Amino acid sequence: MKNTIKLDIKVPNQTRYLCLIGKIGEDMARELDHFKGDREALAHHLNVVLTEAMVNAIRHANAADPDKEVEIRISISDKEISIKVYDSGQGFDITAIPDPCFDPAKLDDKGRGIFIIRSLMDSVEYRKIKGGNILEMKKALA
Amino acid sequence: MNLKTEANGNLMVIFVREERLDAHNSEELKTEMNRLFEEGTKYILIDLKEVRFIDSSGLGVLVSGFKNASTRQGSLKLCGLQTQVKSMFELTRLHRVFDIFQTVDEALESM
Repeated sequence: MKNTIKLDIKVPNQTRYLCLIGKIGEDMARELDHFKGDREALAHHLNVVLTEAMVNAIRHANAADPDKEVEIRISISDKEISIKVYDSGQGFDITAIPDPCFDPAKLDDKGRGIFIIRSLMDSVEYRKIKGGNILEMKKALA
Repeated sequence: MNLKTEANGNLMVIFVREERLDAHNSEELKTEMNRLFEEGTKYILIDLKEVRFIDSSGLGVLVSGFKNASTRQGSLKLCGLQTQVKSMFELTRLHRVFDIFQTVDEALESM
């Protein structure tokens, strides 16, 4: 039996939609009847990853322009989760973003978003495509 | 953002009455903390018991408050972390930075 869910969402480049996108990810994870791991933890992780990826697109790629759009494609099967976040901005160099400093004396307010995504997903890529960029994240489920 | 601030001696307790503390609303918490610091507050306790979800922006605002309190020889402490919120502190190692209590009462007893 085919058991893959695919969703293609476009929302304005605004943080008010973070909650909506995060909850969609949570609900999709809860539909994974065959997933043998902790489904609630997976639902939370998808909420976090979608939120972080969308904030990244809004602020850093689309330069907080509220008239732009963020497109998110989510595909979940029994074997893998794939999330693609498209932006139409200038983009940034993901390899130039270091892990945050963990020394309590040298804490930075910012710079944890990509670290969190990398920690929760198996692979993270950001690359240029025609008219913008794509952040692609994958996680194996089986 | 739904925040409630209560004074308890020289400690100000901020209750975050939101399900999410994220990039959409966390700047409002920062504004409230900065208002308290500018009024001379040194000691802040933030109650997160209603918060089910926190992202890197929410964590960043708490780090900002922690640093601000430290430079004023004060403190910023936290209480009421739900399981998923606590997991984000652990993922980013910030549980080693903050004093974290179960409840407001437990935090008050420690002071």
